[in-house]
Amino acid sequence: MVSTQAQKSIFYRLHIDPWLLIGIFCLMTLSLITLYSVSPDWVIPQLIRLVIALSVMLAMAQIPPEVYQRWTPAIFIISVLLLIAVLVFGHTGKGAQRWLDLGFTKFQPSEIMKLIMPFGVAYYISRYTLPITFKKAVIALLIVIIPTLLIAKQPDLGTSILVASSGLFVLFLSGISWFYIAIAVTAVLAFAPVLWFYLMHDYQRTRVMTLFNPEADPLGAGYHIIQSKIAIGSGGVWGKGWQQGTQSQLEFLPERHTDFIFSVFSEEFGFMGILLLLTIYLFIIGRGLWIANQAQDAFTKLVAGGIILTFFVYIFVNIGMVSGLLPVVGVPLALISYGGTSIVTLLAGFGVLMSFNTHKRFNRK
Amino acid sequence: MVKKHVSIRNHSAESALFMRRTLVVFIAIVFAIGVLITNLYYLQISSFESFQTRSNDNRISVQTVPPNRGLIYDRNGIILAENRPVYSLQVIVKKTKNLKRKINKLRNMFDLSNEEVEQFYKRNRYARSFRPILLRDQLSTEEVAIFTVNQHLFKGFSIKANLKRYYPFGDAFTHVLGYIAKINSKDLQRIEQRGDTARYRGTYYIGKLGIEKYYEQLLHGQPGQRQVEVDSWGKVIRVLNFKPPVPGRDIKLNIDIQLQLKAQQLLGDTRGSVIVLDARTGGVLTLVSNPSYDPNLFVQGISNKKYNALLSSKDRPLINRATQGRYPPASTIKPQMALLALNTKVITEHTKIKDPGWWIVPGSKRRFRDWKRWGHGMVDVNHAIEQSCDTFFYDAAYKIGIDRINPFMQQFGFGDYSGLDIYEETKAIMPSREWKRARFNAPWYDGDTISVGIGQGYWTVTPIQLTQATAILARKGEVITPHILHSIVSKSGAFNAVQESKMPIKLQDEHYWEIALKAMYGVTSKRTGTAHRAFANTSYTIAGKSGTAQVINMKEDEEYDASKIAERHRDNAMFVAFAPYESPEIVATVILENAGGGSSHAAPIIRALFDEYFDKIKVQRLEDF
Repeated sequence: MVSTQAQKSIFYRLHIDPWLLIGIFCLMTLSLITLYSVSPDWVIPQLIRLVIALSVMLAMAQIPPEVYQRWTPAIFIISVLLLIAVLVFGHTGKGAQRWLDLGFTKFQPSEIMKLIMPFGVAYYISRYTLPITFKKAVIALLIVIIPTLLIAKQPDLGTSILVASSGLFVLFLSGISWFYIAIAVTAVLAFAPVLWFYLMHDYQRTRVMTLFNPEADPLGAGYHIIQSKIAIGSGGVWGKGWQQGTQSQLEFLPERHTDFIFSVFSEEFGFMGILLLLTIYLFIIGRGLWIANQAQDAFTKLVAGGIILTFFVYIFVNIGMVSGLLPVVGVPLALISYGGTSIVTLLAGFGVLMSFNTHKRFNRK
Repeated sequence: MVKKHVSIRNHSAESALFMRRTLVVFIAIVFAIGVLITNLYYLQISSFESFQTRSNDNRISVQTVPPNRGLIYDRNGIILAENRPVYSLQVIVKKTKNLKRKINKLRNMFDLSNEEVEQFYKRNRYARSFRPILLRDQLSTEEVAIFTVNQHLFKGFSIKANLKRYYPFGDAFTHVLGYIAKINSKDLQRIEQRGDTARYRGTYYIGKLGIEKYYEQLLHGQPGQRQVEVDSWGKVIRVLNFKPPVPGRDIKLNIDIQLQLKAQQLLGDTRGSVIVLDARTGGVLTLVSNPSYDPNLFVQGISNKKYNALLSSKDRPLINRATQGRYPPASTIKPQMALLALNTKVITEHTKIKDPGWWIVPGSKRRFRDWKRWGHGMVDVNHAIEQSCDTFFYDAAYKIGIDRINPFMQQFGFGDYSGLDIYEETKAIMPSREWKRARFNAPWYDGDTISVGIGQGYWTVTPIQLTQATAILARKGEVITPHILHSIVSKSGAFNAVQESKMPIKLQDEHYWEIALKAMYGVTSKRTGTAHRAFANTSYTIAGKSGTAQVINMKEDEEYDASKIAERHRDNAMFVAFAPYESPEIVATVILENAGGGSSHAAPIIRALFDEYFDKIKVQRLEDF
């Protein structure tokens, strides 16, 4: 083995990417500061979750890419079966069947699917020469669509979007022809009315309608989005100051510590705070894409790209929905929102990225 | 960068393809973040002011703080109307769990009626859930104690203290003070017309009657404002700005509580009224209308049953007899009639006529009887007043004629509002030819004038008019206006109620006053005077006149149903008086419905009142008078 400076470093030996880690720590700090403002009670539980998530990340980083590749088909198929099991035996909570009761604990198979989807698609695609043929692209598409529909049926629109996009991004990165992409987009547009009239639930339709005119029902369906926009807008350039956000402190904002934490952040830290936050996100995404490019083979490249793009989708959907650009679907703000599952899933993904970046079978310059 | 590896696949080409795609994706991501930032720029910077305003509208709420109502004192500073804390139980439904079970638990602790609980649920249905909703009004101190001890079991339930008007003397001052009660739609209309809507925001009560109504503007005060920060439940977090309300002005009345209570006690169960005025100022020392009722019932919100009982009572307690009761003045106006006769030269001081016990309208056979069947014999004006000779005044009235009686009597205030500072007053009737034409579409007959001559027939007066007329007489033509308000209590001293002065009554000869007044003095002091017995051995001099009105058709009010009181045919006993005779200080009227003779029944009440005034009150409170 030829050593480079990077290989010598303690980070390399621990299979940690320091740049990603810095970005993650910055986000965690902002998360704790904002959660403290919402209610100091959230800080300690969140800290515990962060420690757990970081441990998971570290563990994932230790696993070499070959192991991931080897286990992908089995885990993917089990995940799909679990999703089916949820629909059959699942535990209903808040009107949606998302939980599987294992006796000692409940868990959401859709979270595993979020993580495993890029692996599954990448595994299939990377067996062939890129770019793949139309027929193979259709099969890859099916690998994406089946779990997506299973999750959408629970119903969990937010997760199904994340799952679908993570799979589709892998397809896109694999260099699938622009012509096929154009066909797919056209097909989706053609399918949209069917989705709207037959597949979507009433409450989902209401959310979309609310997006276009929240003031139509300011105390009902539009309440959340109106209050959120007021919170963001009234933050101004510099914000109202930490713990000074009236919209959040006086409980006008819903779901302040989870899905709408961006509104709290914007209200208290203003446009400047948002620019800082988005800069950190962009830095992490940039680093992630760089890692993907540096990856050794098609499988790792595609998985890494899929993971980092899913991370971006989290951010875009969440900020888009709280600022009134997208309908309200339950997507938390990546690494800022309170809640264990999404943080563990995301950091597990970063662990995979780090693994790919630090396990190199071949010598590099 | 990427090295070529031995493979059947073209790794270099794949890597290049992947890199191109990554670049496309990165550009797309930067673009997407640009879209987010543009939207956020629009929200936070372009629309900042609009969202800031909406954020403030969310959190800042302006609450009106109603003023405390001014207090009412009697002339000695004894409180007649006050504001007392009253406790009510209210619930913020949003903060409670198991509401029904808690209410049931409460029912075990004190007897909450089904009606109260139903009302509560009804109110709850239409209210926003974080607003406190009234469950029970007016808790007893015992209930407050029971609840306070168990308060920890009732999350969301709380006791609220409110100031409520309270009239400590109950029914004794109702016809003076009136009362306040809940503002109704009519009151609201009036408030809107006056442009006072802002002043009444947060106020639930308004003066409905008496002084409370007349001086509403003084007593009400100005509301304050509280700018508060509220959370999304409407709960007040902190006060940002507070402009305290200006309480209503405290007012002092001319009423003397001791004299008023004495008068009420003297009346007992008799229907009637007593008025005592300060003859020098017109200040109303006493105004009693009997029977009365408890004004506190109306403040609390009177039940339909109780209200109907008051409304349908034969004794008509709701009517203020002192100002709304219309009675024939009977002989009490003989002194004024004598003045008119002298002034119009129909008689002189020495004119004597023979009274055989009756009088016939010249040229007819219509006979008018004197109350003394066998007649008074030869009668002059002095004798006629002292012994209340009807025949003398039949003759005088006939000669004067209604066209001269009406304008003269109007100068004494008959047929018009006295100017008393309460709204519940009627003008009664000072008849004239025009009046009869308009009222009955009939001509005026001489016989009508004869009845008017002795204060009967169409002529009706209210006790306050009669008192005012007697005071004007006692003051030899100087007109005074009866007034209940004494002054407005203020830190910078008292403002005395200003009285408008009216033109005094001028007679052809000032001596005529002496003739009438001296005769009134004779009524009480001469052995032949009708009320001589009632006023024996007084410590003061007194002049008066009795009246005994026939009540075939006692008129009180338009809606007063005469048929219902048909059995009450006994005469009304009346007496007017002032004292001391030489320099009048007080003047009084007593009217007792269906009690009998004025001298025998009404005069003793005046005697007792005047004794109270001169022998007790005046001695005790010399410095106040």
